[in-house]
Formats: sequence, structure tokens, C-alpha cells
Amino acid sequence: MAGRRRAARLALRGVSKRFGGLQAVSDVSFDVAAGEIHALIGPNGAGKTTIFNMIAGMIRPDSGQILLDDIPLVGRRPDQICRAGVGRTFQIVRPFSQLTLLENVAVGALSWTDDIDTARAHAREMLALLGLGGRAEALPGEITLPDRKCLEVARALATRPKLLMLDEVMAGLRPAETDRMVAVFRRINRDTGVTILLIEHVMRAVMALSDRVLVLNNGRVIADGSPREVTRDPEVLACYLGSEDLG
Amino acid sequence: MRRILEGASPRARVLLAALGALLLAAPFLVDSYVLSVLIIVLFFAYVGQAWNLMLGFAGQLSLGHALFVGIGAYASAALFVHFHLPPWAGVFAAVALAVLAGSVIGYLGFRFSIRGAYFALLTIAFAEFTGIAVAHVDWLGGSGGLFLPVSNRAHDDLANLRGSPTMFYYVILTLTAGALALCSWLLNSRLGLYWKAIREDQEAAEALGVPLFRCKMIAVAISSGLSGIGGVWYAFYYNNLFPETTFGTSHSIELILATVVGGVGTLFGPILGAFVLTPLGEVMTALTEGIGIDGVKPFFWGLAVAAIVLFRPSGLWPWLYRLLALGNGTRGGPR
Ligand SMILES: Nc1ncnc2c1ncn2[C@@H]1O[C@H](COP(=O)(O)OP(=O)(O)OP(=O)(O)O)[C@@H](O)[C@H]1O
Ligand SMILES: [Mg+2]
Repeated sequence: MAGRRRAARLALRGVSKRFGGLQAVSDVSFDVAAGEIHALIGPNGAGKTTIFNMIAGMIRPDSGQILLDDIPLVGRRPDQICRAGVGRTFQIVRPFSQLTLLENVAVGALSWTDDIDTARAHAREMLALLGLGGRAEALPGEITLPDRKCLEVARALATRPKLLMLDEVMAGLRPAETDRMVAVFRRINRDTGVTILLIEHVMRAVMALSDRVLVLNNGRVIADGSPREVTRDPEVLACYLGSEDLG
Repeated sequence: MRRILEGASPRARVLLAALGALLLAAPFLVDSYVLSVLIIVLFFAYVGQAWNLMLGFAGQLSLGHALFVGIGAYASAALFVHFHLPPWAGVFAAVALAVLAGSVIGYLGFRFSIRGAYFALLTIAFAEFTGIAVAHVDWLGGSGGLFLPVSNRAHDDLANLRGSPTMFYYVILTLTAGALALCSWLLNSRLGLYWKAIREDQEAAEALGVPLFRCKMIAVAISSGLSGIGGVWYAFYYNNLFPETTFGTSHSIELILATVVGGVGTLFGPILGAFVLTPLGEVMTALTEGIGIDGVKPFFWGLAVAAIVLFRPSGLWPWLYRLLALGNGTRGGPR
């Protein structure tokens, strides 16, 4: 794994999405430079997960462009976007419940190898990286929720993404577990160069990890800057951080 | 073979070898009645395996599998009757047509996101419609049925599938063993893992790079093709085909019941289920014959099936697997 530099640049240009009468995302534009870690924060219902779903191809934007290293993603299927280098986790974990942890992760690895043994070997590495090495033969129902979040991350990582999107993977973790997860992402980012976009309410993790923070409210970007700048922004304080624990 | 036995205990290996040996020797050990029951058992095990590949592995419920069996049966029988085309050649046409039908249904279902029960309804509709259409085609015997000449049964003619029950027994035994080996191989391949991922959560699978449409189409194609081969055997064994009984939904249900009872999504479920259900039906027939009331047998048979499904909802095989401790301790469950 060491030495493989796999980073992609992400750009959103005027992306909007409406659900019935609700403008979930409106005219969102931002850039994530290759190899950087960006956080996407904002109150519940701000449209964060919807942005992930549009990047990953699960939801088609009403308008706007999404580019991964200048490759337009809008209109492509989720599996094609995955193979183009986007790995994502689901906010509400979606493990394959009748498959072992090893098989769960191997599915991701099969996106770049045909060989099932290679995929299994890689899956073992990913499980070990996330601290699940000893549970490879367990079923997802037999591990704790924080461990299922780790499984979700291991699966996404197994696809060898150039852009890794993490949707609240640290929610519900104890501070020690959060720190371990933060260390894992730092290490992955350093070793592989992967670009990371994370949605997170745990400000302790956001502050520790991010190069830049993007704040979303009612489907609009209201701030985009370094963690320091953003946490001092009066509008951000008023609508979001005022009520949050800054860790 | 290595793959089938992966994760199996020595005891399971011995049992499988013994079962294989018994099945190979059966025609020399049992009388013609028991052999005729075994033939039916193996036919249901074979078709059940084909259906299981679609639902149990890839998560797509078909309740119209009689369509693929029927197409295979009618295609090979009509070519034999009208053009004297031997079934070993007719089977290619049978498979091609069955796969074509499966692909059309699959395309409609998967392109237009017809899922679950609605997909099942689509398969029923195609099967029933085909049955009605066949009843109006004289070339296929119409509603009166299509009959194969039963004349030269004296000696075994494998190429023309004309011969003794023993010959039919070995043909269907070979098919069943072949389907088991194929499914076992597929299940452990990349495609098999993709199917299982789709079965569990297709959106999560897609996000991990699984091409849903292609994987599902391949599942339907293989499943309908295997069923079509079963149809060829069915036509030449029974020698007569009637549209309603061949394409009817009750036939579709009959074809899948063994797998439901044995365990959907397991390799040995269809085989175990067929070995339980067919003899159970025979015993019930024998027991209820004396009573002389119509419908007594189906009633008790239905009751027995309902009881099995109620008390062993995931099928008999997972339960038997644990009961006999057939695993070797590694996880992954009954196969
Ligand atoms: N598929 C959908 N259909 C209809 N409405 C949706 C859909 N997905 C999201 N929404 C609505 O769009 C809005 C934004 O939802 P989204 O999940 O993107 O918020 P979020 O920022 O991720 O919030 P949270 O922090 O609670 O996860 C919400 O009001 C939500 O109810
Ligand atoms: Mg969300």
C-alpha cells in the first residue's frame, strides 16, 4: 500500500437538488484539492448526505456539474463512479448481513481485481487497518455499532479510492475510539495520498483532521475556510456551532 | 469439488461420498418404482438448483420458472417430432430460446426497476401468456398437447434420449451433479460474491463497484438456460406436453417448492428438499388412497409443507447442517 499515490481533485459547480417542495441543496460550488482532507459540517437536514449521494451517483442533481479530476460524474452509475475512484460510506451503515466481514470487504476489493484470493488478502489488510483483524469470519450482526462503522470504512477503502467520502463515521464513538479513527485517516491520507471529504458532527475530529471546513445550512454553503476561520465566523456560530460542543 | 467441500468436516465428506456412491449404484439396488421416484427427486433437485441461483444467490424472485423449462421442453420436442432433430442438438435451440426469454424478462424487470413481488408477477405473466400462446399454435400441438413417439424404448439410445428409466436416471443424475458443481464454482467466484452482495443490499453493492444490471442479467441467463436443459429432459422423459400443465403457475410452484423447503440460497437445499418432498408426496398418496376422497392428499401434503416452512423458515438444510455438525468450525455457515 505504501508508495501508491492515489489522489483526485473534486469540484462541484452550481449543484442543486430539490425533493418535492424542499430545496435540499441549492447552487453549491466547492473544490477539494488532491490529497487534502475537507470536512462538511452543518445542522441536521442541511443537505450534507444529499451532496454525497449526488457525488456517488445515487441521486442525480437537478442542475450543476460534478468533476473528479475533470471527469464529469453526473449521469454515471454509482458502480462506474466507484471504479472511477470514489469510495463512500453510508451514514446509516449498510453491511451485507449474511456475509462475513471478510466477504463484505472483499466485495469492495473486487472492483479492481478479478481474483478472489487477491481480494480476500486485501480485505484482510483493510480489516486489520481498522482494528477488525480478529473478526474476519464474524457476521456484521455479531459486532458492535462502532465496529460496523469501521467495517463500512474498510469496505470503502478496499475499493482503493482516490476520493474517500465518510458520512458521520465517528458518530457514537467514545473519545478514545474517535482518536484512533482520526489516526487511521491521517495515516491513510499520508500513506496513499487519498483525498478525503468527511461529514462530521464530532468537532474534535473535524478540528484534528481537516485542512478546510465547509459549512452548509439549508442547502447553501455559508462558510468555506480553515477550521480556525470557520469556527470564528459569526454566521456559523449563530446557526450551527453555537449549540455544539467544540471538543 | 475442492470448493464444494471447503469448510466441510471429515464427516460431511464421508456422507457426501456415501451419498454419491449410493446414487450411482441405485438402479442396481432398488426396484423400478423407487427408481421412478428417485428420477423425479433428481429432476426437482436440478431445476431447484437453477431457480435457486436466481433467488438464493442473486436475490431475484421468479415465480414463472415453468416458462424456461417449458420453452426447453417444447423447443426440443417440436424439433424432434417435426424434423427428427435429436435432443443433443435440440438442446442448443432449447437453451437459446430459454435464455432469450429470461433476458427479455430480466431486461424489462431490471431496466425499469421492477423489484420483488412485482418482478415475480412479471415472470408469472410471461409464463401464463406463453402457455396460452402455445395452446393456439398447431405446430406445437395446440391445447391438445404435443406427443413424442414412444416406440423404440427397447434399447437405450442416449443421443435421442430414447430408452429405459435407468438411462433417464443417469442423465438427470449427471445434470444434477453438474449443476451442483457449477453453482458451487459460481458461488465462490467474483460473480457469486457480487450476487450475494446484491441479494443483501443492492445499493450498497453498487456503491462498491458492483454492476447491478450486468450481474442480474447473467444470473437470469444462467438460471433460464439451465432450466431449459431440464425442460429437454422433461419432454423426452414424459413424452407428452400440455400447455397449461407445462407453463402454469402451479407447475412453477411445484418446481421451486423443494428448494424453499430445503433452504433458499444454500447449495444442498434444493437436493435435500427434493429428497424430502417427493417421497413425502408418494407416502401421502399411498396413505390416502384408501380413504377415497378427492383432495385429501393435496390437503395433507400442503399441511406438511406448511409445517416445515413454519418451523424451519430458513429451510431444512441449515438445520440439518448444524444437527449433524457438518461444518469444520470455520464460519460461513451451511452451504
Ligand atoms: N431521497 C430523499 N427524498 C426526499 N427528501 C429527502 C431525500 N433525501 C434527503 N431528503 C431531505 O433533504 C434534506 C437534506 O437531507 P440530508 O440527508 O442531505 O441532510 P444531512 O445534512 O445529511 O442531515 P443529517 O445531519 O441529519 O444527516 C432533509 O430535509 C431530508 O429530509
Ligand atoms: Mg446526513
